[in-house]
Amino acid sequence: MASTTDHSSPMNRKRSAATRLIDDGFVWGTTAIAIAVGLLLAVIALQVGEDALPAIQKFGLGFLVSNRWSVIDGEFGALTQIYGTLVTSFIALLIAVPIGVGVAIFLSEDFLPPRIKQPIVFLVELLAAIPSVVYGLWGIFVLIPFLSPIGIWLNANLGWIPLFSTAPAGPGIYAAGLVLAIMILPIIAAISRDAMVAVPAELRQAAYGLGATRWETIFQILLPAGFSGIAGGVMLALGRAMGETMAVTMLIGNSNTIDSFSILSQGSTVSSLLANQFAEAGGLQVSALMYAALVLFGLTLVVNVLAEIVVRRFSLKL
Amino acid sequence: MTSRLQSARQTDSVFHTEDLNIYYGNFLAVRDLSIDIAKNSITAFIGPSGCGKSTVLRCFNRLNDLIKSFHIKGKIYYHDQDLYASEIDPVEVRRQVGMVFQKPNPFPKSIYDNIAFGPRLLGYKGDMDELVEQSLKQAALWDDVKDKLKAFGTDLSGGQQQRLCIARAIAVQPDVILMDEPCSALDPISTLKIEDLLQELKEKYTIMIVTHNMQQASRASDYTAFFNVEANSKGQRTGYVVEYDRTEAIFQSPKEQATQAYVSGRFG
Ligand SMILES: Nc1ncnc2c1ncn2[C@@H]1O[C@H](COP(=O)(O)OP(=O)(O)OP(=O)(O)O)[C@@H](O)[C@H]1O
Ligand SMILES: [Mg+2]
Repeated sequence: MASTTDHSSPMNRKRSAATRLIDDGFVWGTTAIAIAVGLLLAVIALQVGEDALPAIQKFGLGFLVSNRWSVIDGEFGALTQIYGTLVTSFIALLIAVPIGVGVAIFLSEDFLPPRIKQPIVFLVELLAAIPSVVYGLWGIFVLIPFLSPIGIWLNANLGWIPLFSTAPAGPGIYAAGLVLAIMILPIIAAISRDAMVAVPAELRQAAYGLGATRWETIFQILLPAGFSGIAGGVMLALGRAMGETMAVTMLIGNSNTIDSFSILSQGSTVSSLLANQFAEAGGLQVSALMYAALVLFGLTLVVNVLAEIVVRRFSLKL
Repeated sequence: MTSRLQSARQTDSVFHTEDLNIYYGNFLAVRDLSIDIAKNSITAFIGPSGCGKSTVLRCFNRLNDLIKSFHIKGKIYYHDQDLYASEIDPVEVRRQVGMVFQKPNPFPKSIYDNIAFGPRLLGYKGDMDELVEQSLKQAALWDDVKDKLKAFGTDLSGGQQQRLCIARAIAVQPDVILMDEPCSALDPISTLKIEDLLQELKEKYTIMIVTHNMQQASRASDYTAFFNVEANSKGQRTGYVVEYDRTEAIFQSPKEQATQAYVSGRFG
C-alpha cells in the first residue's frame, strides 16, 4: 500500500483513522444490539418461567391437556386456550393466505395502470394501521350481526360436522378468526407483493419467451421464486394472529371451558385469557397465567421453527 | 401449437418486414426496416449500442408486447401471415419463435425441470427423459450435467447456464430461435462451443443473432444486417439498417462507407 501513496497523485488513497473507527464502531455497535435483543428475549422468558414455576410444579404437563380453568378450585389447565389460539389462527390463515397472495399477485403484475394501483397498495397497507380495538368494535357491531344467520344456517344444515355442532351465540371462535384474517391480510399481501416484485425480470421474460401465458408464468415461475419471501410474510402474520389480544378478547366470547370442536361456540385464546384475568388474579392463578404465557411463547417458537424448516426445504435459490 | 401458425411452414423466407417503424411511445426507435430472413440460415444483427438491434429482435417473437408503450407501424410477416394481426395470439408466436437472452436466465429449478418447462406447457406427451437428454446433447451440455440433472440450473457456471438456456429453447422444437448477444457473458471457449452449436442448429432451425463480436458475425452467420443510429431534427436517436447482405459481402465488399468503417473497427 505504501508505494501507491508515494505518488504525487492528487488523490488520497489512505483511509483516515476516523473512517476506520466508524466502520469498526458500526460492526461492534450492531453486534451489541443483536446480542442485547437475544438477551432481552432470554430475560423475559426466564422471568415468566420463574413466575410460572409454582404452577409448573403443581400441574406439570397435565396443564396442556386439561380444559379445566377454575379459580375457585385452584385447578388450572390451558387446553381450551391452546385450542382457541391454534384454531383462530388457523382460520385466519386459511382465509388470509389465498386472499393476501391473490392481492399480492394482482398488485405486483400490471393488471392495473399505476395511477389506480398505487392508491390500492396504499389502502391495503393502511389496513395494517387500524388499531385492533377498532377491529374489535367493528366485529361486535357489524361482523357478528352479519355472521349470526350464516352460523345458524351452518349449524342447522351441516351440524353433523363437528366444526358446526353448536348453535352460535353471537361472539365465538369463528368471529375472532375472521377478524384476525382481516387484520393479518395486509401483512401477507404487502410482504408477498414485495417478494414477487423482487423476482428478477429476466425470469419473467424467460417464461414468456417460452410461450408461457401470464398465469403459467405467475404460478410456475413467480410464485415459486418468491416462495421464501411469501412464507416469511405468512409466518409473521401467524405470529401476529397467535398473539393478538384486544380484538380477539372482544369477539371470542371468553369461555374458559371447551366441550366441543365447534368453531361456532365461544372460546378463548391464551392472550385473551391473560387480558381477562390478569388484573384480578392472585396467588396460584397468576402463576398459572404465567404458565399459559410461557406455553404461548413456546407455541410461537415451535411454529416459527417449523416454518423455517419448511422455507429451507422448499425455497428456491435465485 | 395452432394449425393457424403451423400451416405455412414451407416457405423459404421465414420473416419478411415491410416499412417497419418501431416506437416506444412517441420515440421512433427503428425506422424503415424492410428485410427478409431466410429459412435455415443464421442472420446476424450488428451495429453500435442503442441502434435498436434488441428492439427489432424482440419484435419477431412479440416479446415487446410486454412493454406498454411499444407499438409498430408497417408489417411483419411470418411465413406470409401478418404477425401483428389482431387474431394472432402472441403466446402462440412465442411457442414457435424461441429466444435466448443476453444474460443467462435459467429458472431456479432443477436442470431437468428447466428443460421440461416448455414441453410441459405444450402438453408434450412423449418421453420427457429422452427429450431432455436430446436437448442437452444438442446444446453440448449433456456431458457436463448428465450426472446431476436434479441439481439447480442456477448453480451451473455462466457458460453452462447459457447452454442450458439454449437447450431449454430448443426443447420446444421451435421454428426460429432469436439470440440476443448470447455469448457476451462467456469466455472464448464457451463462445466457440456455442458458435459450433449454431452451425448444427441451423440444419433444423432458423437463427437470428445479435452480436457485438465482429469475428463471431463473420464466422458464424450467413447474412448480416448492419444497423446504425442517427439523430433526427427532434434529437431522437433512431436506428435503421444501413446494409443487409450475405455476410461475406458485408465483411469483404460492403457497399456503404459506414459499414466498411464499422466492420473494420474504424467506427465513430
Ligand atoms: N422499454 C423501452 N422503453 C423505451 N425505450 C426503449 C426501451 N427499450 C429500448 N429503448 C430505446 O430504444 C433504443 C434501442 O434500444 P435497443 O436496446 O434495441 O438497442 P441495442 O441495439 O440492442 O443496443 P445494445 O447493443 O446496447 O444492446 C434505445 O434508444 C433505447 O433507449
Ligand atoms: Mg441489445
